[in-house]
Amino acid sequence: MSTQSTRLASRIMVAPSVIVLFIWMIVPLAMTLYFSFRIYRLLSPDRTGWVGFANYTWFFKSPEFWLAISNTLALVLGVLIITVVLGTLIALLIDQPVKGQGVLRILVIAPFFVMPPVAAMIWDNLFMHPQNGLLGAVSRAFGAEPILYMEQYPMASIITIVAWEWLPFATLILLTAMQSLSSEQLEAAEMDGASALNRFRYIIFPHLTRAITVVILIETIFLLGIFGEIFTATQGGPGSASTTLPYMIFKQAIVAKDIGRAAAGGIIAVILANIVAFFLMRSIGKNLDA
Amino acid sequence: MARAVTPRRKALNTVAAWSVALIIFFPVLWMILTSFKTEPSAVAMPPQLFSADWTLENYSEVWARSDYPRFFWNSVVISVGSTLLGLAIAIPAAWSMAFVPGKRTKDLLMWMLSTKMMPAVAVLIPMYLIFQRTGLFDTKTGLVLALMLMNLPIIVWMLYTYFKEIPGEILEASRMDGASLWKEIVYVLTPMAVPGIASTMLLNVILAWNEAFWTITLTTTKAAPLSAFIASFSSPQGLFYGKLSAASTMAIAPILILGWFSQKQLVRGLTFGAVK
Repeated sequence: MSTQSTRLASRIMVAPSVIVLFIWMIVPLAMTLYFSFRIYRLLSPDRTGWVGFANYTWFFKSPEFWLAISNTLALVLGVLIITVVLGTLIALLIDQPVKGQGVLRILVIAPFFVMPPVAAMIWDNLFMHPQNGLLGAVSRAFGAEPILYMEQYPMASIITIVAWEWLPFATLILLTAMQSLSSEQLEAAEMDGASALNRFRYIIFPHLTRAITVVILIETIFLLGIFGEIFTATQGGPGSASTTLPYMIFKQAIVAKDIGRAAAGGIIAVILANIVAFFLMRSIGKNLDA
Repeated sequence: MARAVTPRRKALNTVAAWSVALIIFFPVLWMILTSFKTEPSAVAMPPQLFSADWTLENYSEVWARSDYPRFFWNSVVISVGSTLLGLAIAIPAAWSMAFVPGKRTKDLLMWMLSTKMMPAVAVLIPMYLIFQRTGLFDTKTGLVLALMLMNLPIIVWMLYTYFKEIPGEILEASRMDGASLWKEIVYVLTPMAVPGIASTMLLNVILAWNEAFWTITLTTTKAAPLSAFIASFSSPQGLFYGKLSAASTMAIAPILILGWFSQKQLVRGLTFGAVK
């Protein structure tokens, strides 16, 4: 029961949020779209004008672009698979009666609060560095040559770092979901002689599908924009071996100072993100209503 | 728990769970240990643990020699500032969406969430140019604005899910008693909403503190927070492990502590209320 005046008041209260978000979405996006059709290089400011789709075709013809796309996909899918699978296993483990569950949760959640540059610093220097890193020491202890993680397997190394950061998130959400499962159901199944595997398959897993969908949706939003880890650990290299789409656009904008091309890359990124979002929202919408 | 658990099984579970937890936590622990080692000891091969030279010097040196205090202060101002500004804009919106929902409230919320889907890098150029032209580049004000906009959808959503749980009857009762809209907000809603607002604030301070795209691209030195500082510090690879670790430990310590306090709200907040 809202009167005319509360309706008006509520409009006024919602307005600031909507207006700033709308401006934040529309103005930069319109500018990006505009620049993407123009020649605009900060290093040669005299040359200006419309170039049609030249900036876009440059992207599609560039081998780096396709590498960046496949790297982005590898990053998103790799991290999703690792975090969901390991997260489920760890959540199952922690959900058991164990001593000191509170402290345990605190230890497991910690990586999530580590800022991306620090996460990259720890792994890049303290662990994966061939001379001084801990993993190099482990290799040597087994009589093997230290592995050049960032040089030989840059993308796998980045995936490891990011998966380490996001594993706690997946674990925590799956654990929260598991704890809302009634223990009577599990007990009944156990008494009827259902094996642990069957209890997981027919009771726990169906209960988790919603949480898994949520994990996938939210992680994907953040993973598509991963930047700090790559910037700190590999700078997209060696060569372009660990360049993702966001990092390639960043290089075009800040390093090559080619505004037009970077803008075209930005528009491509928006289109790709929308395709992903469309499918995600659809599959998740189904799951959330059910 | 009614399920019978043999002590043996509980012990096994405990060992297994603790091993996994320690493996996950180990990189952080190793960084903290390294931060207390002298530089030669920090890079010694094989790695030293019990035989290491322990020192506090890395901390005092990082704090005294570099511009570390300034980066730290920038992080505080940017994360707290963007969160408070975001709350100021979001609280009225979430309030009215929760208590005076219209036909389009759900659509509006979904639209807000969809703005998070836009990759930040797509608007990097305009932001960069706008910031350069308006003098916001490399200023704390600029970053407060950018991070506020980035997190606004999350703030509105979180507040909305919390406000939704405040029973509407209380509002009706206060309206019957003749409370004005303003009094209703100040005396009735606010006290009930404080826990929700507090956890929203906590989560967004964490997100803003750890943000590492805008903070790196929109600053150089003056307004750079810790995330940008660490990202540039680690360029000389394989050097100064002790100091690098000390700087990093100080960069994550406040957030680690805040985060541990807010782990329950974190799940709710980051899943937009979908998982409780």
